[in-house]
Amino acid sequence: MIAVKHLNKSYATRAGQVSALQDINLHIEKGEIFGIIGASGAGKSTLIRCLNLLERPDTGSVEVGGVAITDLKGKQLRLARRRIGMIFQQFNLLEAKTVYGNVAFPLRVAGFSKPETKRRVAEILELVGLSDKADVYPSQLSGGQKQRVGIARALAVEPAVLLSDEATSALDPQTTHSILELLQDINRKLQITIVLITHEMDVLRHICDNAAVIEGGRIVESGPVEQLFYRPESETAKQFVNIFNYYKDGNTQEKAVIMR
Amino acid sequence: MKEDMVELLWTGLQQTLYMVAWSSVFALLLGSLLGVTLVVTEKGGVLPAPRVNGLLSTAINGVRSIPFIILIVLLLPLSRLIVGTSLGPTAAIVSLSIGAAPFLGRIIESSLREVEPGKIEAAKSVGAHPFTIIAQVIIPEALPALVRGMTIAVISITEFTAVAGAIGAGGLGSLAIRFGYQRFRTDILIGTVLLIILIVQILQWTGDYVSRAIDRKRCKSE
Repeated sequence: MIAVKHLNKSYATRAGQVSALQDINLHIEKGEIFGIIGASGAGKSTLIRCLNLLERPDTGSVEVGGVAITDLKGKQLRLARRRIGMIFQQFNLLEAKTVYGNVAFPLRVAGFSKPETKRRVAEILELVGLSDKADVYPSQLSGGQKQRVGIARALAVEPAVLLSDEATSALDPQTTHSILELLQDINRKLQITIVLITHEMDVLRHICDNAAVIEGGRIVESGPVEQLFYRPESETAKQFVNIFNYYKDGNTQEKAVIMR
Repeated sequence: MKEDMVELLWTGLQQTLYMVAWSSVFALLLGSLLGVTLVVTEKGGVLPAPRVNGLLSTAINGVRSIPFIILIVLLLPLSRLIVGTSLGPTAAIVSLSIGAAPFLGRIIESSLREVEPGKIEAAKSVGAHPFTIIAQVIIPEALPALVRGMTIAVISITEFTAVAGAIGAGGLGSLAIRFGYQRFRTDILIGTVLLIILIVQILQWTGDYVSRAIDRKRCKSE
């Protein structure tokens, strides 16, 4: 579904070029939930933003559903982005629009008719469990509800891929759990491929099939999640597993604190 | 207090309101265009064009650095060209609109910048066209801030009309100078000042009311 080949990205700063990603190669299968884990500053956010070209890589290619999106721009890129939904840590909902308006936004962009939009919004709000909140403004919602709206918006035009940029990092443990369950549910029901980045081992363990560990802008390890847990090879993976194991037996409150 | 006072003040008030209203409309149109262009053309904006941005920014700074009373004088030929005269309230509207537009442009620019970049990214991620992002995301999200900024701008235009009154624009400013200052009519002077204070208060109340109403509709507490 997604193939990243020899991707490099650097930023120009006062001190010169700073490399953010180096020679990233990834292969993500259709229908799987793929996790990318790393400490803050490791480059995971840059990486996921390269998948829908919110950041343009310097070199290398990104293919999504057989389309080399790194070759696209303008209208072609906008069309390709409709096949890739994205959810964000800060939700990024439009405060000027109701829940309905937020979910309808991508549908209007994609040229859906009014009745179609109405039907689709109702359907998708049902899926995320917010049917009764259609006329409410985002500021009246809790964090978890906001993220559900974010998910509904991202899924409205039935994309093939969902990118999750730390979608649960601003949520409390219980809400995180319910959002992860929702993502898993969506993955099963809609056969959508999900790529999520996180700094929580718990998130990986919970819903990911395969994962990659990113460290200093490089992928240092990748494979099935169990393998990362039982035979971690990279320093980052070992650290994450150690922290996880240390707190595994503690009470959930304590664990929640350190995991966040 | 003389019997002509009420009539003089009434005419002055009408002229001032006429100038403020039309100058605000034109300055707002021009200023919105400038402000939106400044925001979207900057590096990393939705329609990046750094060269256009740099030129526009410099031009705005240029116009803004000319003292307003001198700008009016500079624009007199233009007023004559557009409305056929360089005297009176209608002529002043030309100078006021053009003089206030760069200021409004900057105010609108700074209001639009308050929109979180994440919201714009979210719109980009669903494949929205840059014009859709401007119309559906940037402007509506910034609306309460825009209303507050425009209130400041319209009040400034009110002050400008008084300055324009000094060189033949008419209105309350002109009354204050011609009667209050040159003919020692203190009653007229005080009358004009009170009326201008009243206009400014009403503008501020209206602006506050509208921006608060928008926030309240979106259920945002201040």
